[in-house]
Amino acid sequence: MSDILLNIALADDDEDDRILFGEALEGLDIRTKLSLFNHGQELMDYLNLPNVILPSLVFLDLNMPIKNGQQCLLEIRSNPKLKDLCVAIYSTSSSEKDIEDTFSNGANIYVNKPNSFSKLREVVEKVLQLNWQYHNSNLNKETFLFRI
Amino acid sequence: MSMTLFIKYNLDLVCKTLLKEKLDTFDVSFTIGNTGEIHIDKTLSEEKLNIISSTLKQYGIDIVTNPKATIVARIKYSIDEYLRNKDLRSVKFSAYLADKLHYSYPHLSTVFSENTYSSIENYIILKKVDVAKELMCNTDLTLTEIAFQLDYSSVAHLSGQFKKTTGLTPSAFQRIMKNKKQQLI
Repeated sequence: MSDILLNIALADDDEDDRILFGEALEGLDIRTKLSLFNHGQELMDYLNLPNVILPSLVFLDLNMPIKNGQQCLLEIRSNPKLKDLCVAIYSTSSSEKDIEDTFSNGANIYVNKPNSFSKLREVVEKVLQLNWQYHNSNLNKETFLFRI
Repeated sequence: MSMTLFIKYNLDLVCKTLLKEKLDTFDVSFTIGNTGEIHIDKTLSEEKLNIISSTLKQYGIDIVTNPKATIVARIKYSIDEYLRNKDLRSVKFSAYLADKLHYSYPHLSTVFSENTYSSIENYIILKKVDVAKELMCNTDLTLTEIAFQLDYSSVAHLSGQFKKTTGLTPSAFQRIMKNKKQQLI
């Protein structure tokens, strides 16, 4: 198995959610390095730093102060340097409209925040596996859309 | 006045044509095989290999060097072919693969699982749904025709596996892809 660390970013204004997410990543087979951001603007400032090592996967909460997830998604997809990032929406909203809108705006994965820690681990592992497959296989990135 | 053109393409043909065009510029004689391998009729210097490798890398083509990774790449390539060619599917995939790569299926299955965070069976489903997505976007085939082409017993079976794998119904997926295209205009 590959020993390379997978860089992951999470933007979420809820501190508990950030902590739980970090704990869910520990102990998975895929080795990861997590960068945390308190809101969308913090994430975008980081992604726009010169010489930054881009994460291979970004998790975005939808409802955040200062800059929300949808705004981040649109900025990422319209920026030539960032447009190939794999973006997973990580939200409590399960409205069909939110889901279809974020996919239409370029999200790759839509995750509903699970209610239990064991479910969270399961879901995070599934997202990492899919992301890994899409980076390492001949799968069509234009149709990389999954709701988990 | 600007215009937008929509295209469809055969990925396998694109890759092979590109490979051929690029390799032709290096003055080596070669044949491109069917499981993602290229046979070259002499041993190349490391320097030349590095040049070829970095040229191909620009097009997203990597030369695989680790032996386990080579097997995984050949298994994935065989899965692609098997799913795209209905005639090959007169034999079971396990038999097809073992015969093609000259290893036992259990061995190949273990190597695959140990190196991909997935199993051959799961990867086939993921790839099958990927092909179904491609056919929905790039052809005029109906779901019934796509189900037939990919050996699903019915549209319901295709829709069921599509939904289970992607979390979306085929119609929601098609709606989203249509919206994405419209946003580009």
